[in-house]
Amino acid sequence: MSQGEAILQVQEVSLSFGAVQALIDVSVDVYAGELLAIIGPNGAGKTSLLNVISGVYRPQRGRIVFMGKERPRHTRPYEVARQGIARTFQNVALFKGMTVLENLMTGRALHMRRGLFSQALYWGWALREEEEHRAYVEKIIDFLEIEAIRKTPVGRLPYGLQKRVELGRALAAEPKLLLLDEPMAGMNVEEKEDMCRFILDTREEFGITCVLIEHDMGVVMDISDRVVVLDYGRKIAEGSPEEVRTNQDVIDAYLGVVHEEG
Amino acid sequence: MEVLNSLLVGPLRDIVSAPVFFAEVVVGGLMAGVMYSMVALGFVLIFKASEVFNFAQGAMVLFAALTLVGFMERGVPVGLALLAAAAVMVALAVAIERVMLRPLVNQPPLTLLMATIGLTFFLEGFGQLLWGSNVKELDVGIPDRTFDVGGMLLNQFDLVAAAVAAVMVALLAVLAQKTTLGRALRAVADDHEAAMAVGVPLKTIWVTVWSAAGIVALVAGIMWGAKSGVQFSLSLIALKALPVLILGGPHLDSGRHRRRSHHRRGGKNRRSLLGAAGRGGHRELVRLRAGDGLSAI
Amino acid sequence: MIYRETGQFKTSYRRDQAIFPIAQDRWFVVAALGVAFVVVPLVANEYWLQAVLIPWLVFSIAAIGLNLLTGYAGQLSLGTGGFMAVGAYAVYKLTTAFPELNVIVVFLLAGLFAAGVGILFGLPSLRIKGLYLAVATLAAQFFLIWLFNRVPWFFNYNPSGTITMPPRTFLGVMVTGPEATATVRYLVALSFVVVFALLAKNLVRTNIGRTWMAIRDMDVAAEIIGIRPLTTKLSAFAVSSFYCGLAGALVFSLYLGSVETLAFDITVSFEVLFMIIIGGLGSILGSILGAGFIVLVPIFLTNVPRLFGIEVPVDLAKEVEAMVFGGLIVFFLIVEPLGLARLWQIAKEKLRRWPFPY
Repeated sequence: MSQGEAILQVQEVSLSFGAVQALIDVSVDVYAGELLAIIGPNGAGKTSLLNVISGVYRPQRGRIVFMGKERPRHTRPYEVARQGIARTFQNVALFKGMTVLENLMTGRALHMRRGLFSQALYWGWALREEEEHRAYVEKIIDFLEIEAIRKTPVGRLPYGLQKRVELGRALAAEPKLLLLDEPMAGMNVEEKEDMCRFILDTREEFGITCVLIEHDMGVVMDISDRVVVLDYGRKIAEGSPEEVRTNQDVIDAYLGVVHEEG
Repeated sequence: MEVLNSLLVGPLRDIVSAPVFFAEVVVGGLMAGVMYSMVALGFVLIFKASEVFNFAQGAMVLFAALTLVGFMERGVPVGLALLAAAAVMVALAVAIERVMLRPLVNQPPLTLLMATIGLTFFLEGFGQLLWGSNVKELDVGIPDRTFDVGGMLLNQFDLVAAAVAAVMVALLAVLAQKTTLGRALRAVADDHEAAMAVGVPLKTIWVTVWSAAGIVALVAGIMWGAKSGVQFSLSLIALKALPVLILGGPHLDSGRHRRRSHHRRGGKNRRSLLGAAGRGGHRELVRLRAGDGLSAI
Repeated sequence: MIYRETGQFKTSYRRDQAIFPIAQDRWFVVAALGVAFVVVPLVANEYWLQAVLIPWLVFSIAAIGLNLLTGYAGQLSLGTGGFMAVGAYAVYKLTTAFPELNVIVVFLLAGLFAAGVGILFGLPSLRIKGLYLAVATLAAQFFLIWLFNRVPWFFNYNPSGTITMPPRTFLGVMVTGPEATATVRYLVALSFVVVFALLAKNLVRTNIGRTWMAIRDMDVAAEIIGIRPLTTKLSAFAVSSFYCGLAGALVFSLYLGSVETLAFDITVSFEVLFMIIIGGLGSILGSILGAGFIVLVPIFLTNVPRLFGIEVPVDLAKEVEAMVFGGLIVFFLIVEPLGLARLWQIAKEKLRRWPFPY
C-alpha cells in the first residue's frame, strides 16, 4: 500500500502509571486503507497504545490527530467511537446477556437518533430506524457467516465465534479505523485462517483502515502492509514486514538481549 | 448577615458560655458513635475479607440478642447463655457458608448483596419465630448510673460500652496479628484465588469471618439490647449506619488503590481502627471501610 | 404439537422483530387480555379485587420500573419505596391544588415528578457503582420518607399526617375516593399495566434497552463502542422512577385511598426487589409474575392453615412470611437467577417440542 494520507497520527505520546512507563515518545502514523500491525514482546505497550488511541487512557504528553483534527485532551471513549474508531478487545468483551443480533445492533447505537418516546411507542421513525439498522446488521451477519447463530445468546457460543461476533459488533459501527487487539489469540489454525480472511475481506469490502496487534508472526508477515515494533514502551522499528524481520533491534528484542539503558 | 451571624457566631458563643453542656453533648455524640461502630465493625470484617456487603449484619445483631435473651429467659445462667449464644452464632456462620455462600461463589457482588437481603428477612423471621417477637429486657449486670465529672454528667453504661468496643477491636487486632489463620486472612483478604493458591480454603475463611462477625453481632446485641431492650428495631440499626458510613466517604472512586497502598502501612492502620472505634467518628469509620478494615486488624 | 412455529415464515424484519413472533403467543395474549378485562370483572368478588388483583396490578408497575433499572441497566436500587412516595404525594398535591385536572393526567404528571427526582438521585451513579450506589439509593429512600414526614406542606398541614385521595371521575365514572367501586379501580389499574408493560417491552427491545443492557453487561466496553454512560444511566433512572412514581400514585389513589409514609417505607423497596428477583431479572413478564407471587404468598400463608381449621396469629404469619420470602430469595438467586419468567420460557420450549422428546 502506498503512503496515502495519514488517517491517524499519534505524535510523541508518553503514558505512565506511577513509576511505570508504558509508552515513551511513541509516534505512529496510520495511512488510509492500510493494515498496520503492532508487534512486540509481552508488556511492550501494545495494548496501552490501543487504549490511548481509543481514549481509554489519557497520555501525559503527546498529540493524537484523527482525520486531520487534533483530539482535545478530555475526549471520552464514547466520543472517540463516534468520530469513527471502533475496536475489539484482547479478552472478548461482548455483552453476555444479549443475543448475537442484539450485540450487533448495540454496535450501531452510535448511529441511532430516535428518542425515548418514539422508541417506547415503537412507531413511525423509531420503527423505521430499527428496520434500517437491522438491514445493515444483517449485511454484516451475512458477511461473517453467522446467520445460524443470530438469535443465540453470546454466552453460549464457543470462543472462536465470540471473537467473530465481536468483530461484527465493531464493524456494525461503520468505523473509519478499526483497532483489533489480538483477534486470533487462543484460536486453532483453522479459526485463525478464517479470521485472517475476514480481516482482509473487511478491508476490501468496507474500505476500513485496520490496526492489528498480533503475536503470531506468520500471520503478521502474511497480512499486514506495515509493521510497527514496540519494546519497553518505545518504538524500535517500523517498516514493511520484510524490513522489520531483518532489523537487528527487533531480533534482539525478541531474543531477549540485555538492554543497555541508563 | 443576621443569618450568617446566627449560624456561624452563635454556636461558638454558646459553647463559650456553657462549656460543660457542650462537652456533655460531644461526649454523648461520641458514645452514640461507639454504639454504632460496634455494629459497623462486623460489617467491615465481612466486607474486607470477602467483598460481600453483608446487609444482614443488623439482623444478626437482632438474632444474637434474641438468642441470648431466649436462653436467659429459660433459666440458663448468664455465662452459660453467653457461650450458648456464641455457639449458635458460629453454627449460623457455618450454615450460611454451606447454604448460601458456597453456591454463590464467583457471582457478581450485587447477587451476593441481594442474597444477604434475603438472609436479613430470613433471620428476622426465624429469630422472632423461635424466641418471640415482644420487646424483651436484657440485663447482663452492666451498671447504669450517671455520675458527675467536673459538673459534666456521664453515664457508666456509656463508659462500659466504649471499653467493650475498644477491647473487642484490640482482641480482633491481636487475633489477626498473632494467629496463623489471622495472618493468612490478612494476606489473602484482597484475592480469593491467591487464598486458594496458598492453601487456605475459601470455606475456612468465610466460616471464620462470618463467625467473627456473628460474635461481634452478639456483643453489639448485648450492648444495644441492654440500652434499649431487645426488639425488632435492632435489625434496623445497621441500616441506619450504612448510608452515613458510605456517603461520608471521601474517596469512593479510588477505594481499590487506597486499599493497596494501605496494605503496606499495617501499623498505622491499626491505630486508625482503634481510633475509629474509640472515638466513634463516622468519617474514621468510612476511611476504614474504604481502605483499611481487615488489613488493619 | 399445537404450540409450534413450524410453517410460520417471516418475510420482513418487521415481522421478525414483532413482540410476539409466534401466532400462538399472540392468541394467548389476546385470550389473557379478554379474561382480564371481561371475565374477571364479572366473576371476581370485592375481596379478590381489593386484596389480590388491585395490589398485584399496581405493584406490577413498580416491579417493571425497578426491573428496567436493575434487571436491564444493572443499577441496583433500594429506593423504590421513596420514588413511589414521590408519585403518591405528587398526586395528592396536584389533585388538591388543581381539582379540575383530569385524574389520568395527574397520574402521568406524578410519574414525571418521580422521574425528575430519580434523575437527581441517579446522578451519583456516574461516580459510584454497584454496592455503593445501592446504599446511595437507600439514602434516597430514607431522605424522601423523612421529607414527606417532616414537611407539613406535603400533606397540606393535616394534623394526622395522612393523605387521602379526593374523589375524581374519568369519563363520567368515579375512579377514586370511597365511592369508586373495586371493579372500576381494577379496570383502571389493569389498563395502566397493559399500556405501560407494552411501552416497557418496546423500550427494552429497541436501542435504548440495548444500551441499558450493554452498560449492565460491560460498562467499559459499552463506552468504547460509543454509548454515553451519563445519558444511558440517567435515562434508566428517569424511566424507572417514572414507573415507580406512577405505581406509587396508583397504590395511593386506586389501592389504599389514604396513606401515610409508612406505606412506602424501606420494606416496600425490599418487597419490590423480591418481586423482580423471584419473577426474573431482565424480564417484563417476570416483573408481573413476581408481583403476583409476592402479593399472593401472605394471603396463601394465612388462608391455607385456615382451611385446616388452624387460626394463625398475625405476628406468627408475619414471621413465617419473612422467612419464606428470605428463603425464596436465596433459593432463586442460587437455583434460577432468571426467576419465574425463565421457568415459563422452559415450559414453552418443552411445549414446542411436545410430544417429541427432541
